[in-house]
Amino acid sequence: MVLEVRDLVTTFDTDAGTLTAVDGVSFPVRRGRTLGIVGESGCGKSVTALSIMRLLPQPMGKIRSGSILFDGKDLATLPTEEMRKIRGGRIGMIFQEPMTALNPVHSIGRQLSEVFLLHRTRNEREALQMSVEMLRKVGIPSPEIRIGEYPHQLSGGMRQRVVIAMALACKPDVVIADEPTTALDVTIQAQILELMQSLQDEMGMGIMLITHDLGVIADMCDDVVVMYAGRIAESGPVQTLFSTPSHPYTRGLLNSIPRLTTPRKSRLPIIEGMVPSLAELPAGCRFQNRCPYRIDACSVQPALEEVGPGHRSACHRWRELPSLPVSP
Amino acid sequence: MSAALLEVQDLKMHFPVKEGVFQRARKVCRAVDGVTLSLPAGSTIGLVGESGCGKSTLGKCIVRLHQPTSGSIRFMDTELAGLSTSSLKPHRRQLQMIFQDPVESLNSRHMVGEILAEPFLIHAMGDAGWRRRKVLDLLDRVGLPANAAERYPFEFSGGQRQRIGIARAIALEPKLIVCDEPVSALDVSIQSQVLNLMLDLQRDMGLSYLFIAHNLAVVKHVSDQVAIMYLGRIVELADADEIYRNARHPYTRALISAIPQPDPRHRQNRIVLSGDVPSPINPPSGCPFHPRCPHATDRCRAEVPALRPAPGASGHTVSCHYDL
Repeated sequence: MVLEVRDLVTTFDTDAGTLTAVDGVSFPVRRGRTLGIVGESGCGKSVTALSIMRLLPQPMGKIRSGSILFDGKDLATLPTEEMRKIRGGRIGMIFQEPMTALNPVHSIGRQLSEVFLLHRTRNEREALQMSVEMLRKVGIPSPEIRIGEYPHQLSGGMRQRVVIAMALACKPDVVIADEPTTALDVTIQAQILELMQSLQDEMGMGIMLITHDLGVIADMCDDVVVMYAGRIAESGPVQTLFSTPSHPYTRGLLNSIPRLTTPRKSRLPIIEGMVPSLAELPAGCRFQNRCPYRIDACSVQPALEEVGPGHRSACHRWRELPSLPVSP
Repeated sequence: MSAALLEVQDLKMHFPVKEGVFQRARKVCRAVDGVTLSLPAGSTIGLVGESGCGKSTLGKCIVRLHQPTSGSIRFMDTELAGLSTSSLKPHRRQLQMIFQDPVESLNSRHMVGEILAEPFLIHAMGDAGWRRRKVLDLLDRVGLPANAAERYPFEFSGGQRQRIGIARAIALEPKLIVCDEPVSALDVSIQSQVLNLMLDLQRDMGLSYLFIAHNLAVVKHVSDQVAIMYLGRIVELADADEIYRNARHPYTRALISAIPQPDPRHRQNRIVLSGDVPSPINPPSGCPFHPRCPHATDRCRAEVPALRPAPGASGHTVSCHYDL
């Protein structure tokens, strides 16, 4: 285990009062393995990532409680200076939109060298040499020429390769990738996913992959955490979670996506309603307003219970779920 | 199959690219470069391709938001390609569009009731009371409460805004709706709600859809035929089931293999294409796909393949020199 999040609570101070975006979330990221965090907008998946990186918008965002254990330190309380040494060095980041992650007025070479100069060497020529090597590693053709170019001269896929090169420059122990392929075309997404997998095989880092795409999760991850409205609804090994989903939300999501095998123009099973806003969460289980299996007990928050080896669900009725009809 | 509602023949949309101090148009962007397709009444054709392949431009040409460079668009026995704005107006009632981002397509200063009444005002239909009843009926049809009429677009979630966009598109009871990535911006659990609504409306109103999207699983679910576009051209066209079972074009095969399936037991072998989509300003010689094609030969580099019937299934056409 390289990184462990324990009972993380992250809040935002807004005009509407203090909102809890992440509420008691725990999970481990393991070496050489990929942990997927999946959920819809507002479920807290990106805020979890920003909390780990200590990049929450200031002064609104705060880690209220819980710990983020990494290499014997608690990142939740680490002084800013020390955090800066870890961020971009031993923990790398890949964001959704490479254009916003890159600085438009600096050449690719200068931006990549900066990472090496900050963490690895004081010699600028050496840093540039390392940059060329890194670009070659992420599959950028003629990297000697590309280091002189600016982000706008590259295609979206190439830019994301540069961002990956920056994230992996210092051989990090963990890489946090927030929707790394969402802005890319399907064939380019395939290239980037393939690249991330082969780099992981080679370098052995743990990956925390945040996405809304259950296809990407199934393809890439070893373990999955499903989040809903700031809490974990279900977590477990990817095979188990997809074959025996034990939370009505996970099951509803899996049933509602059209697949290539779904009969054409058939009615898709749906999850009624929409995600509640953080300002008006129901007491108890947060999914209850949309859940077809709601009972009185749901007004009390269910604990995240072990339902199988490494498999947890926060539902009072997980035992009966397999026998309950899919779209009642 | 009923008679074609829409017949597009060899449609081209070339944009001048202005360069230099004098902004002279020196180059041409061939966004749509010779597209032919036919859509029977009450059915759906899905248009799939990556960014820059010309799928949105094709959609905008068909609703005549663009004036195409050449080619023909026959819609309900009228040639739309050369019509002036004023002679287009009566046809616009039959021809509507739904956009990806409903926020940008709805006037944020108007209440939803006004937005939905506007099509009737433009076409001078009914009195205030009649329009009010029509608005309430539309809201009901797309699953929104009646009080939505007195609220503004920003008060709604993404899925609800797309319902408003759909309500406006169906207000004049059109024959054809061009849908440009209608569910791409929505959350997974909301996507299926909107897809179900669109299928219900098609069945109840006999609508035809031109459904533009990059998600092949979504397109296959709603479509009768699927057309795969690459650099302004259709490279393969077939029945929706046929194209997934029996893809002939190497690009279609790569696209299908690249969709991550939500099933960890079937981690498929991705066909990973090298390189990016080339620019439509300076397209490659011969087959536009040859620089990325694993099977490319000298013939592919020199000669543009025609769209020809694929061996086997009827109605399946493919633009590749070889039977792969």
